[in-house]
Amino acid sequence: MKPDSVKVTLKTFRFNAETDYLPYYKHYEMKVGKDELILDLLNRIKWEHDGSFSYRRSCRHGICGACGIKVNGRATLACKQNALELVELFGNELLIEPQSKKRVVKDMIIDKKDFWDKHAKVKPYVATDIDPHPEHETKQSIEEFNKFLDSDLCIQCGNCHYACPVVEVNENYLGPAAFNAAYRFTVDTRDEVGEERLKLTAQMESGVWDCVKCFECAEACPKEINPIEKITKLHNLQFEQGVAERNIATRHAEGFLRGMKKYGYLDEADIVSYSEGYLGMYKHLKTAAKMLRAGKIHWHSGIPFINSVPKIKNLNEVQKLIKISQTNKL
Amino acid sequence: MSQLHYALFTGCTAKQSTPELLSSTLAVAKKLGIKITILEEASCCGASHLQDFDEFLAHVLNARNICYAEKLGLTMITICNTCQLNSAMTKHALDTDPKLKARVNEKLAEVGLEYKGTSEIKHFLYCLIDEYGLDNIKNRIKVPLSQFNIAPFYGCHNIRPSELHNNANGKENPYNPTSLDKLIEALEGHPVDYAHKNKCCGFHVELQANHTSEVLAGNAMVDAIDNNADLMVTPCPLCHLKMDTYQDDVGHVIGRDVELPVLHMPQMVALALGCTEKEIGLNFHVQKATHLYSKTA
Ligand code: SF4
Ligand code: SF4
Ligand code: FES
Repeated sequence: MKPDSVKVTLKTFRFNAETDYLPYYKHYEMKVGKDELILDLLNRIKWEHDGSFSYRRSCRHGICGACGIKVNGRATLACKQNALELVELFGNELLIEPQSKKRVVKDMIIDKKDFWDKHAKVKPYVATDIDPHPEHETKQSIEEFNKFLDSDLCIQCGNCHYACPVVEVNENYLGPAAFNAAYRFTVDTRDEVGEERLKLTAQMESGVWDCVKCFECAEACPKEINPIEKITKLHNLQFEQGVAERNIATRHAEGFLRGMKKYGYLDEADIVSYSEGYLGMYKHLKTAAKMLRAGKIHWHSGIPFINSVPKIKNLNEVQKLIKISQTNKL
Repeated sequence: MSQLHYALFTGCTAKQSTPELLSSTLAVAKKLGIKITILEEASCCGASHLQDFDEFLAHVLNARNICYAEKLGLTMITICNTCQLNSAMTKHALDTDPKLKARVNEKLAEVGLEYKGTSEIKHFLYCLIDEYGLDNIKNRIKVPLSQFNIAPFYGCHNIRPSELHNNANGKENPYNPTSLDKLIEALEGHPVDYAHKNKCCGFHVELQANHTSEVLAGNAMVDAIDNNADLMVTPCPLCHLKMDTYQDDVGHVIGRDVELPVLHMPQMVALALGCTEKEIGLNFHVQKATHLYSKTA
């Protein structure tokens, strides 16, 4: 049987941008009961140990999105997360840190400006010209509503955004929460600026094509929204609505079909030259030479009339399925 | 224990740029007495890119692959994290959405196939741990890996989204994964603990967002090196390709010399089981790795 309470050490990130030169960690020990949430522990630090300890919270019901932090590197909504569950996962020392250490204002409080700016960019609202004196309400069928999937449940906590490694290394990247919102309003039948959002999210560097597909956002979201699922849907919508432009990323996605039609497998050499163009290939020459030496690729891989890729059995089935099931084109 | 028998979905990479992955997998299975039937009919899983172009088509093609494992009445096993995820995502989508399943089956019927949902999909790593068992592996070790500090690199698509994988990967937690660590310990190697072991290698944006890709790979490699790793091991050939073949570029971007052999999970097991040099295939690596074999031989 699980114990009713456990002794826990909270190793807590502390920093005050106004007075501190460097951040430091303070340890607090406490007995934690089986029903306590991480937010209860933050409250106890403030109320019982150090009144200057700072963090955000408001609703305590998992709906305002204020209390997102990281515990042992894991994105956590403090008011939703049972503390002993994390002790079970990580042991008796819990590392309490803000969502992003480089954006800290004070302790757990970060400056979320980048998050809100990017969120605002995708027009996260139904944009349409409405009749100021409508005669009836705007109706939506259940099927139309269901297109949102779960994207409407976002509470803008920022957990996915600050868990995303691309947000961390590329300041232009809009990030999973903004993409989720872009999807949410683009598929809304009352909205009229979907194409604008698709074009925005199709841009290189800032858009969905820079996603590394790590699924950190899906794991981080306390509302189980799965932002990367919406990212895939945005990719598909860009092709469906003819917004996708020919570039390295779109050719890379679409180019898989070339190899699959011919061999059933991806043609690894062809996908690089097709995506990048022969001139673009130039930058891979050094790596290619090394792979050649190691036997990872063969000298004839790039020569179109020599087939270096094995063929799958019953290739004709794949060819036929592609013909009858393909729904998009570049 | 009755003999384990799996249908192997090789994926494209093991058939092309990482032949050593296929040979070492087959060698490990042979040594452990696991029967493998290769799914010669299986096509590419879409590698998470075809899905972006046309999700429905990707479901149809992945469902077709699974049909062939179903025909044999076997669990379909994968040796690539991305193959695992994409096949499992299709299985999940079809098993939970009857309308989609019907739409997909309508297409499959045209080639005489039907997706039923009867086969499990599991990565070979979890077959070894959950089904074959670490104790059984321990009993067959010929060459303990005790002289190596080994950095486990898990790769995203085996551990996230955890909800999807939990039935296939022994409830591994993506924030505190343990399978590879336990496997290394069972082979008597020393697992390296480092913060980046469950992070992304950046492979999937190598072409379009090169800088992001190099920084992510670099952060992980440097973290492993700074924690005294002699080598890195991964269950994903795409992580292997990123980490092994681009070490110079990665080092250049992050301003460090990066030199670290990156082994496929089955290669590490094959080393400990005393498989032949040819089966293990360390000569196929860009970053010199053959010395690992000489050290154990
Ligand atoms: S899957 Fe894409 S959006 Fe989500 S965290 Fe990873 S890189 Fe960011
Ligand atoms: S998608 Fe989820 S994790 Fe991201 S901001 Fe919205 S609620 Fe938070
Ligand atoms: S306090 Fe509102 S979500 Fe936690």
